Amino acid sequence: MTRQGSYVVDDQEKGIFLLDRIVHVSEDVLRDEMKNIFSKCWIYVGHSSELKKPGDFQTRKVAGRPVIFARDQKGQIRCFFNTCRHRGAIVCTERHGNTRRFFCVYHGWSYNNDGALARVPGEEAYTEAFDKSTLGMKSPAKFENYRDFWFLNLDPNAPSLKDYLGRATEYLDLVVEQSPSGQMEVLQGTQEYDVAGNWKLMVENSVDDYHLPSTHSTWLNYMANSGVKVEPPKEAGLLLPTKGYAVDLGNGHFTTDNVNFRGRPVAKWIPIYGEDSKQEIDDIRAELVERLGPERAARVADTNRNLVIFPNLVINDGSSVTIRAFYPEGVDKMHVVAWALGPVEESESARARRLDAFLTFYGPGGFATPDDVEALEMVQKGLANWQEDRWSEMSRGMGRSEEEQLNSDEFHLRLFWRKWNEMMTKEEASS
Amino acid sequence: MTKASHITRAQVEDFLFMEADLLDNWELNEWEKLLADDACYYIPPNDKLDGSHKDTLFIIADDRERLHQRIIRVLDPNCHAEHPKSRLSRVISNVRILSTEGDLVHISANFICHRYRRYERLGEYVGKMLYTLRVTGDGFLIKERRVLLKSHELGSLGSVSFIL
Repeated sequence: MTRQGSYVVDDQEKGIFLLDRIVHVSEDVLRDEMKNIFSKCWIYVGHSSELKKPGDFQTRKVAGRPVIFARDQKGQIRCFFNTCRHRGAIVCTERHGNTRRFFCVYHGWSYNNDGALARVPGEEAYTEAFDKSTLGMKSPAKFENYRDFWFLNLDPNAPSLKDYLGRATEYLDLVVEQSPSGQMEVLQGTQEYDVAGNWKLMVENSVDDYHLPSTHSTWLNYMANSGVKVEPPKEAGLLLPTKGYAVDLGNGHFTTDNVNFRGRPVAKWIPIYGEDSKQEIDDIRAELVERLGPERAARVADTNRNLVIFPNLVINDGSSVTIRAFYPEGVDKMHVVAWALGPVEESESARARRLDAFLTFYGPGGFATPDDVEALEMVQKGLANWQEDRWSEMSRGMGRSEEEQLNSDEFHLRLFWRKWNEMMTKEEASS
Repeated sequence: MTKASHITRAQVEDFLFMEADLLDNWELNEWEKLLADDACYYIPPNDKLDGSHKDTLFIIADDRERLHQRIIRVLDPNCHAEHPKSRLSRVISNVRILSTEGDLVHISANFICHRYRRYERLGEYVGKMLYTLRVTGDGFLIKERRVLLKSHELGSLGSVSFIL
């Protein structure tokens, strides 16, 4: 049952924004999300670089659906529901590999890597009405990419991916421009872990810079111990070492946009990288300036950004570049998958530095992510009191203009919740 | 105790059991004394156990300095993922000396590390440890410590916020 009223109190006059905590605990809400959000939005599947050769495939669960992300013999990238057309068994049990055929172990139906049904044992037992050409593996209603980032959409009436992404493409461009050839690749090694919290808490956490000083004081200490300046400047209202903004990108997408202090493998040196890396960082920087001009090079190298593509994809273009997608597995559990992304032509030493920088902050063994996970799990535990304490407070920065919304305000969190609330409560959502 | 080729499994086991006890008891400053100046600590990703941290996204890839900083971090009460501290109990078994070279001895062992947290049983980290130990006049020092997790993904184990 879809709710008719609003899940938020959005009082622009008073400058108060409240969120109904039922959104994180209700099975009904989760069911509606699968219908109104995950079956309507473009959902991230994977990156072209994960399928280097014809026949390469990856299997994963996207929007609750087991899918095969594959490159066929002709080189075309495809997405199939990992389900045999005969009785429904998954036809690929490996997580990744290379194959010409996907094979169902149950009755032996097999499919080419372009999805076509190749062979049915004992085909002569069927009538003429049995048409193999209509029994290829099914694909999502839509499957498109923007600069090698592939998304599926289960809604045949959805707008194109490019239209959906809107101004978020500008921030994807800033990621891709880190590569001289405009080609980024996912590096081997996947971080996969569960968080005992509602999936939407990860959206908030990924862009909420308000929590940095309290949740991540040990990471800030580590940065300080390593020679990075982490004291906030005297300017009133700044909680963080440098100024950063929250930016509305439309369609529920948003990003932080911060002056960098934490170092960037492209191309802002910090002492953690070591004295002997200064020259190479300078060279990376020089290439950026030559290719993009000084202004754009500074934009790429001297700012860092945590980008949310609505609803469940985060690209942390910060201490390194991460692709992080997360999916609900019940109201109080999410599954997180994180990859590292780097320029294809990166040198061995730059690649090693990028990966090392990733681990200073991110991931299940990083100096920060485990404390994020802890905070989200504490929220979920506290929300057992949702009936007695119903509303979450999310009003930071509401008195200021949109241009002055800091990364430590809650403007961008409100953008997410307004979009989410709109999709969950509009008229057709209940049908 | 100086020549690696004379080392017995019993000596290695004594060392590993003592190390496990220090880690279980959060005596990390004592544990740090077991680390060689060039010590490193690796946890490769579950899906690429034989990868190198130079071209593969690891869970942990600490050099000696990062290890020191990790100890500072996890003992800090503001390391929220480990405050209050997890209760840990690890069992080390199947200890084997794989090879020796000069003053180095290469060891493998299986482990199960039980982790309890917030009054809930959180689960077991299961896998193989690969050590390179340096033999000195005062006993072993850890040159490399590599933890290979058997599970296909971290999944419900969540984080590795303690020293595994």
